Amino acid sequence: MSSNVQSLPIEVSSLCKAYGSIKALDHVSLNIAAGEFLTLLGPSGSGKTTLLMALAGFVRPDSGSIRFGDREVIAIPPHKRDLGMVFQSYALFPFMTVAENVAYPLKIRGVSKSDQKTRAERALDTVELSGYGGRRITQLSGGQQQRVALARAMVFEPQIILMDEPLSALDKKLREHMQIELKALHQKLDATVVYVTHDQREALTMSDRIAVINQGQIEQVDTPERLYREPHSFFVADFIGESISLPVTVTNNQAQLSGRKLNSDLPIALGRGGHRLVIRPELLEVTSGPVPKTANDLSGHVHDIIYQGDSVLVIVQHESAGMINVRVPANRAGQKGLPSKGERIGLALHPEDTIIVPEYRS
Amino acid sequence: MSIAEDNKAAQTLLNKRALKSEEYRERFMLFGLSMPSLLAILIVVFLPILWLSSLSFYNTAGALSMENYVRIFESDLYRRTFVVTFQISISVTVICVLLGYPLCYWLSKMTDRKAAILMVFVLVPFWTSVLVRTYAWLVLLQRNGIINSTLMSLDVIEEPLQLAHNLTGSIIGMVHIMLPFLILPLYATMRSIDTDLVRAAVGLGSSPRKAFWHVFFPMSLPGLSAGIVLVFILSLGFYVTPALLGGGRVQMLAQRIESTITIYSNWGASSALGVVLLLMALVMIWLMNRVFGLDKLFMR
Repeated sequence: MSSNVQSLPIEVSSLCKAYGSIKALDHVSLNIAAGEFLTLLGPSGSGKTTLLMALAGFVRPDSGSIRFGDREVIAIPPHKRDLGMVFQSYALFPFMTVAENVAYPLKIRGVSKSDQKTRAERALDTVELSGYGGRRITQLSGGQQQRVALARAMVFEPQIILMDEPLSALDKKLREHMQIELKALHQKLDATVVYVTHDQREALTMSDRIAVINQGQIEQVDTPERLYREPHSFFVADFIGESISLPVTVTNNQAQLSGRKLNSDLPIALGRGGHRLVIRPELLEVTSGPVPKTANDLSGHVHDIIYQGDSVLVIVQHESAGMINVRVPANRAGQKGLPSKGERIGLALHPEDTIIVPEYRS
Repeated sequence: MSIAEDNKAAQTLLNKRALKSEEYRERFMLFGLSMPSLLAILIVVFLPILWLSSLSFYNTAGALSMENYVRIFESDLYRRTFVVTFQISISVTVICVLLGYPLCYWLSKMTDRKAAILMVFVLVPFWTSVLVRTYAWLVLLQRNGIINSTLMSLDVIEEPLQLAHNLTGSIIGMVHIMLPFLILPLYATMRSIDTDLVRAAVGLGSSPRKAFWHVFFPMSLPGLSAGIVLVFILSLGFYVTPALLGGGRVQMLAQRIESTITIYSNWGASSALGVVLLLMALVMIWLMNRVFGLDKLFMR
């Protein structure tokens, strides 16, 4: 569906919302570019849904500003914000057919009957449900209902589409399939998409950028890759991807693990509390010989080996720092070189993969 | 075939029989459990109704005739009774809907706790005896009752209003008694409507008022029609309140049935009235089911 409408940027500044003594949104500022797919990611109760509902107009913030393009919308009621919305529960009208559901935003906007029909059909075609228009909602599977909800949200070509955990009710296989489909759909549409999820993998798969939210504040906004490889706080490092962490001391921008210097190419973000070394199991290299001079040496004895299908997790007992997990590809060739329990193996953590984060964001 | 294989085959056959008999036993249990209530309904509801309705086909001389039914359609007195019965039942139903729908809507938007507390105010009168409530209304509505004396002392009216012993009194009393029958099914239905649906309509550009009429109202219809059927059918056969608050001037069908027996002891005529009342109620249920699909209420 190409359109001549330009998608709109969203500018949130210093947005606050408190429920009693709980700050659901604590001075949140966020700029979303026109046409961007931005995901609000956080654990439940972090404030991500509150932020989305404030964008939609269903939650009234205490203070701050929300701008769609150059229009201030904070005091504008939801039905005048011209947004496409997809709900977690799909929220399809059960007494209407599929086509009537999809045409509903057009009907509200006074579009002629014949136009409603052709545009609803086109939207259903986009989500690969052409020919389903006459069906009842109850006759559709969960995935199909989800696609009807999508068609309904985009049929009137909104410049902004908001999605509240739209895939969380689907089973894992279908969810992963829909993630790819949604991403492709976004590229076809000219719309800014704000997407809420608590599933970090889903966020990494789909987003242009991810805003990680914790306790009503934005921890970090970045591309999936930067968020994964260069987290700014322990919360982000821990929430996204698999990792183990070890306490380190930092003096003069130089980190030490159990008294040994750590080489790192990555900047150490400012923050409060102590620092931690974050190790992603797949970024460690198992060396057959001695660990190269440039890399950090985390060698130890193999404590356990766990087969997990796509990979093998090797748990290594480091002399002073504790247990370290290493992930090794599970192809037969890789498995042949697997160490056995109790054997000493060399582990290299390269400077470009050495992530050191503050305990708390400043 | 070896002995082991032979034993295995025999066991399989035995298992099959055991499973089958287990299934029959379970079905028989279910049937047995529902037997007492089925018997009770047959003995105390169906048989008396059949026996009473059979009386309507005999005249006072004890001969088979359609006399009783012919009279219902020809007599002016009976026609007036039917008109009054429908007039009151329809008024009571309409007023109950007008009062009950907004109340239910308001309750359904509340937190569970608050709604539960306010529901007590609906349920306490519901659990109070109809007779007690009717007499209470008589005290409030009569010529020198609280309402008239208050209005007169405030100089709103000069003469006391005729609120009891007439149609107005009957309707006021009946609305109060019937209201919970509308509220309970309607409230339950409204409570189960997914609030995201209304939000979705608003989020997609519909004003709150349009979203209400496009989404909330149609979804509340099964509950509303269940309430309407209950109120209307109960009103059709209502006795106590119109008898006391109508002051003898309001004659609904149930009163006519009673007077036909106690004054004229004409069982045939009164059971004919009863049969007509029963048929009207059945037609009403069938009609509402056709229009609103009451069965949907129980299928979900």
